[in-house]
Amino acid sequence: MPNLAFDMAHLLAGSLVLVSFMLLYQDRLSSLLNVYALHALVLALSVAWQANLQNAPHLYVTATLALGFKAIIIPVALRQIIERLGIHREIETVVGIGPTMLAGMALVGLSMVVMLRVTAAAAPIARQDLAFALAVVLLGLLMMVTRRNAVGQVVGFMSLENGLILAATGARGMPLVVEISVTFSILIAFIVIGIFLFRIRERFDTVDISALDQARGEQR
Amino acid sequence: MALIRDLAAQFVEMVLVLVLAPGLVGLVRKTKARLTRRHGASVLQPYRDLSRLLRKEVVLAENASWLFRVAPYLIFAATWVAAALVPTFATGLLFGWSADLIAIIALLGSARFFLALAGMDVGTSFGGMGSSREVMIASLAEPAMLMTVFTLALIAGSTQLSTIAAFMNSPAVGLSVSLGLALFALIIVAIAENARIPVDNPSTHLELTMVHEAMVLEYSGRHLALIELSSALKLVLYVSLIACIFAPWGLAGAQAGAAVLLIGVSAYLAKLTAAGVLLAVFETTIAKMRVFRVPQFVGAALMLGLLGTLLRFVSGSF
Repeated sequence: MPNLAFDMAHLLAGSLVLVSFMLLYQDRLSSLLNVYALHALVLALSVAWQANLQNAPHLYVTATLALGFKAIIIPVALRQIIERLGIHREIETVVGIGPTMLAGMALVGLSMVVMLRVTAAAAPIARQDLAFALAVVLLGLLMMVTRRNAVGQVVGFMSLENGLILAATGARGMPLVVEISVTFSILIAFIVIGIFLFRIRERFDTVDISALDQARGEQR
Repeated sequence: MALIRDLAAQFVEMVLVLVLAPGLVGLVRKTKARLTRRHGASVLQPYRDLSRLLRKEVVLAENASWLFRVAPYLIFAATWVAAALVPTFATGLLFGWSADLIAIIALLGSARFFLALAGMDVGTSFGGMGSSREVMIASLAEPAMLMTVFTLALIAGSTQLSTIAAFMNSPAVGLSVSLGLALFALIIVAIAENARIPVDNPSTHLELTMVHEAMVLEYSGRHLALIELSSALKLVLYVSLIACIFAPWGLAGAQAGAAVLLIGVSAYLAKLTAAGVLLAVFETTIAKMRVFRVPQFVGAALMLGLLGTLLRFVSGSF
C-alpha cells in the first residue's frame, strides 16, 4: 500500500507548481486573477494537510488566513480595481509565452536539483516541499520579470509569497517562522495593494482626463 | 492450442476496432448535432459513406505519382497495426508483447509522414499548406506524447501497455500528480493528432483553417475511404489508449474465461460511448483557435509532460 500521507502532500505541492505555470500561461487579467485564487486555494489545502500530518493546530490558522485573504479578499479586490479601470485587455509580456515556459521548466529543474542535494538529511515530505517551494518562488520571480502590467507583477509577487509559506509549513518545528510569515504576508499584501492603488489612481486620472478632452474636442 | 486461442483473440480485437471506428465518429457527430439542436445524420452514416466511397471509381490527378496511390494503403496499414497493439477489452494480446507505446508512436508517425508526402505529391497549394501545418502540429505533439510515455514508464516501470494497465489496476498506483499531468497532456495530444475542434475542424473545408482535410483534398473513391477509415481508427486508438492507461477497469486478463471477456467487451463499449459523448460536449463548448495559437495549445501538453516527469523525479527519488 503506498504512503498516502506522502502522496497527498506530493499531490498538493505539485499542484501548486502546476498552478504557478498556469499563472505564467494566462494572457487575460481576469483569468489571471482566477488562477491566482486557485493558487491560494491549493496553498491553503496543502497547509491544512501539513497541519493534519504534523498535529500542528496553528497551521490551520495559516491555512484559513491563506484561504480567506488570498483566495477570496485579494482576488475580489483586484478584480474590482481592474473592472473600474477597464483593463481586461491582454497582458503585455516582455518575451513570448513559449520561452517563458521553457525558462520556467529550467527553473523547476534547477530548484529540484539544488534542493534535493542540499537537504539530503531531512524528512522526505520536508524535502519535497522545500524543492517545490523553491520552484514556486522562482516561478513567481520569473512572472514578475516577464510581465509589464502592474497587476501581473503583483500577482507574481503574491505567488512568490505563497511559495515562501509552503516552505515554512513544510519544515517541522518552526511555529515562530510560520507566525512571522503569516503576519508579513498580510502586511505585504496591504502594502502591495496600497502601492498598486496609488499607481493606478495616478494612471487612471491622467488617462481619464485626456480621454475626456479628446472626446469633447477641447484644448486645455 | 494456446497459440490458436491467442491468434483468435488478437483477430477479434483487430476486427472489433475496425468495425467500431466509424461508429464512434458517427456517435460524435450525432451527439454534436443534438447538442446544437439539429437532428443530425444517423450514427450509421459513416458506414454508409464508406461503402459509397468504396463503390465509386478513383479519380487521379494527372501528375500523381505512384506514392499518391500507395499512400492510403500504407497509412491504413500502419494505423491498423498501431490500433491492434492497444489492449481494448483484454490485456495479454498476442501482438501486445511484441511492441509497446514507443512502437505505437512510431507507427502513427510513419502514417503521418506518408500522409504529408501524399498531400504534397500532386502539387496543389492546399495540399502543401495542409502538409506543412500538419507537420508543424506534429512536431510539438510527438515530443509531448513521448514525454507522457516517459512519465508513465517511470511510474509503471515499463512501456508495455499490458504491464502499465495491470499496474494501474493494482492498488500500488496511489495518488500521483504526475499521472494527472500525463492524462491532460495525452488528451491534448489526442485532440491535436485527431484534428478535433480547437486545433482543426474535421467537418469543414474552409481554406483558411483546414489542416487534415487540405491534405486529403485530392483523394477520391476507395483511397478516400481508406484515409477516412484510418482517421476514424486513429480516434478509436487514442480513446482506447487513454481508457487502457487511465481507466483500465474491466480489462480482461491474459487467460480469462468467456464471461470475463464479455465484461471486458461491454466495459470497452461503455468507455468508447462515454469518450465519444465527452468529446462531442467538449467540441461544442469550445471555439476553434487560430492556427498560430495551436503551438501554444500543444506546447502546453509538452510542458505538462515535462513537468510530470520532473515531479515524478522528485517523488521517485525517496
